[in-house]
Amino acid sequence: MSTVTSKISLKDRFINLYSEKSGEINKNSSALMNSFREEAVERFAKTGLPRKGTENYLYADVESIFGADMEKYFGERKISLNIREIFHCDVPDLETNLLLLVNGRFFNNGQMLKKMPGGIIAGSLAQASKEYPDLVRKHYGKYAGNSEDGLVSLNTAFAQDGIFIYVPKGVKVEKPVQIVNIMIAENDLMAQHRNLFIAEEDAEARIVVCDHTLSAHRFLTNSVNEIHTAGGAKLNITRVQNEHNGSSQVSHTFSRQEGGSELSSITISLHGGFIRNNVYVRLDGERAENNTMGLYLTDKGQFIDNFVHIDHAAPNCCSNQLYKGVLDDYASGSFNGRILVRRDAQKTNAYQANNNILLTDDAKMYSRPQLEIYADDVKCSHGSTMGQLDENALFYLRSRGIDRREARLLLMFAFAHEVIQNIKVDALRDRIDDLVDKRLRGELSRCNNCAMQCG
Amino acid sequence: MLIIKDLKASIEGEEILKGINLEVKAGEVHAIMGPNGSGKSTLASVLAGRDLYRIDSGEVKYNGEDLLEKSPEERAKDGLFLGFQYPIEIPGVSMVNFMKTAINEMRRHRGEEPLSASEFLKKMREKKELVEIDSSLTNRSVNEGFSGGEKKKNEIFQMAMLEPKLAILDETDSGLDIDALKVVAKGVNNLKSSENAIIVITHYQRLLDYIVPDFVHILYRGRIVRTGGKELALLLEEKGYEWVRKEEPAGNE
Ligand SMILES: Nc1ncnc2c1ncn2[C@@H]1O[C@H](COP(=O)(O)OP(=O)(O)OP(=O)(O)O)[C@@H](O)[C@H]1O
Ligand SMILES: [Mg+2]
Repeated sequence: MSTVTSKISLKDRFINLYSEKSGEINKNSSALMNSFREEAVERFAKTGLPRKGTENYLYADVESIFGADMEKYFGERKISLNIREIFHCDVPDLETNLLLLVNGRFFNNGQMLKKMPGGIIAGSLAQASKEYPDLVRKHYGKYAGNSEDGLVSLNTAFAQDGIFIYVPKGVKVEKPVQIVNIMIAENDLMAQHRNLFIAEEDAEARIVVCDHTLSAHRFLTNSVNEIHTAGGAKLNITRVQNEHNGSSQVSHTFSRQEGGSELSSITISLHGGFIRNNVYVRLDGERAENNTMGLYLTDKGQFIDNFVHIDHAAPNCCSNQLYKGVLDDYASGSFNGRILVRRDAQKTNAYQANNNILLTDDAKMYSRPQLEIYADDVKCSHGSTMGQLDENALFYLRSRGIDRREARLLLMFAFAHEVIQNIKVDALRDRIDDLVDKRLRGELSRCNNCAMQCG
Repeated sequence: MLIIKDLKASIEGEEILKGINLEVKAGEVHAIMGPNGSGKSTLASVLAGRDLYRIDSGEVKYNGEDLLEKSPEERAKDGLFLGFQYPIEIPGVSMVNFMKTAINEMRRHRGEEPLSASEFLKKMREKKELVEIDSSLTNRSVNEGFSGGEKKKNEIFQMAMLEPKLAILDETDSGLDIDALKVVAKGVNNLKSSENAIIVITHYQRLLDYIVPDFVHILYRGRIVRTGGKELALLLEEKGYEWVRKEEPAGNE
C-alpha cells in the first residue's frame, strides 16, 4: 500500500492558493472583508467543493469546472481595453446609473463610491466597507454565512471586491442601476466577486445586471450576492447572462426579506457554457412577496442549472417561481425548486412552475420540485412540463403563409415572453425582447456591448 | 382553379377520404354539406396541407400546379385560405404580430415591399370595420379567450386581411348568432369576385341564404355522393341525411 500520488486534491489546491496569496488578497481588499476569510477557509477545508450527484448538485459537475487550470490574480491590473468607450450607453429611453465590474473588481475611474442624492450609495464593496464599516458589517456574510455550500465559503475566502448598493429608508431610485459585469483577460481566468444590495424600509430600486465576456478566453466566475430588503422595500433585479460559451459561472444569491417587502428577480440566460444559479430567499416578515423567475435559451453543449430555495419563515407571505426554457441541440439543464413552509408560516401562498421546450431528442432537462410544508393553512402549487412546440399552433400559423421557421420562432418567442413580460421597466423589457428574439434566431452570437444596446 | 381527382386520404390506417372528385372554377361558390364525421374537415385540412393525414392516391391541381407537394405556407402564399372549424388559441402571439408577419411574408413572396406600420394599421382598421370585430380582440393573443363566435369572426377577419384566391370555410357559421352570421356572409361576399372562389362547409341551409352557392355537394362517408344547385340544400333541409343514406347504393362499405 505505498502508491504515492503526487496529485494534490482540488480542495487542497485552493487552500494552498489561499495560504500563498492571503497577503496580497488582504492588501487589495478591506479589513472587514478580510476578517471573514480565515473562518471561510476552515469551512471550505471541511466541505470541499460540491460533488456531482449529491443532493444539491445532482447534475452540475462543479469539480471538473473548477479543476480547470486558470489564472487567478489578486493585485491591481491594468486593463488594456478602453471599456468606457465600449460601454457608453446610447439607448434613448433607458437611462441607467452604470457600474462596471471587471474581472470581479469595481472598475476604477477615479471614484470608488458614488454618493447620489437622497443618500444612495453605489460602487465598490471594498471601499464601502472602509467608509461605512458599520453599515456593511450589519449585512455582510449575514445571509450567505451559514451556507453549507463549499463554493460560498470559497467565495468568502477569496472575494476582494464587488458591487455595493445602498438605498436609504423611503428613497426611490428613479433611474435603474445597471451593473455590467465583464470578464476580460489575456489568459483563461477565474474570478470571484461579492455583491451586497441593501434596500432600507420603503426604499425602491431597480437593478439590472449584465454578465459579459470581452475576450475569447475561458472564464470562470464564482460570485455571491447578498440582498436585504427591509420592511416595505421594493427591489427589482433583472439579470442577463450573456457570456460566451467557453465560460462558466456559478452564482449564489441570498436574499432576506422583511415584512411587506417585495423582491422580484428575473434571470435571462442567453449564452454561457456552464451556468449554475443558486437562489436562496428567506421571507422573514409578514406579507412579504417574492417573485423569482428565469428564462434559459440554450443550444449546442450548454448546461444550465437553476437551483431555487424559497424559505417561508413568516405567515402571510407569497412567493412565485416561474422558470421557462428552450433547449436545442444537445443542450442540457436542470431546475430544482424547493419551497419550505415553516410551521408558523400560516396563510402562505407559494407557486412554482417550470416549463420546458425540448427542440431535439438529444436535449435533456431535469426538473425537480421539492415541497416541504410544515404549516397547515397554505396554498401551494407546482407544475413542470416538458414538451415540443404545439403542432396545431404551428399548422395554424403556417396556414396563414408564415414559414415553418418563422412560425416556430413566433411560438418560442411567445413561450419566452411569459417570463419577459414580468420585467417592469418598459425600455428594458423591449430590449430583452429584442435580445431574446435575436437569440432564438441564432443571430446573437457574442455580445460585446451591454444588454442595453445589444444589437 | 381547383381540380381534385380521386383523392384518397387516411389517418392511422383508416381511410377517411375514399375518392373525392371536385372541380372549382374562378368566380364560383361551392357548398359542401354532409353528416358529422363524413370527412369534410379532413378534406379541408388535406387541401391546406396538414401532414397528419396520409394521401393514399389521387391528385389535386391548384391553378395548374400540384397542390399536394407544397407546404402549408406555400399554399397560403399561393392564395389558399382555410377558415378553421376549431381555430387554435396561441397564447403569447399577438393578433397584430401574427397578421403583420403573415401579410409581409405573403408580400415578400409576391416581390412586394413590406407594409409600413401606418399602412398596416390602416388595413387592420378597414377590415375590422368590415367584419365588425371588436377592437380589443385584435389587441389580444391569437384567439386566446375568444368566445366561440369571436373565433369564427376572427377567421373571417384573417381572410379579409389576407385576401385569398380560394377560401375554404369550415363551418364558419356554426355557433354564430344571427348578426354574426350576417357579418360572416358580408365578409365572404366582399371577397367574392370573378377571380376568386369560395368553398363553404356547412350544416345549415340558412348560411346559404346569405352566401348563395353555385353548387352544393353532399359528402357522405368520404365520397361526394350528390351534387346539385342550391335547391339541393333545401332538399337536404327537408329530408335530412336519412334520405342520402337510403339513396346510397349498397356495397360501398
Ligand atoms: N386526428 C384524427 N385521428 C383519428 N381519427 C380522425 C382524426 N381526424 C379525423 N378523424 C376521423 O375522420 C372522420 C372524419 O372526420 P372529419 O373531421 O373530417 O368529419 P367532418 O365531416 O368534418 O365532421 P363534422 O361535421 O362533425 O365537423 C371521423 O370519423 C373522425 O373521427
Ligand atoms: Mg368538420
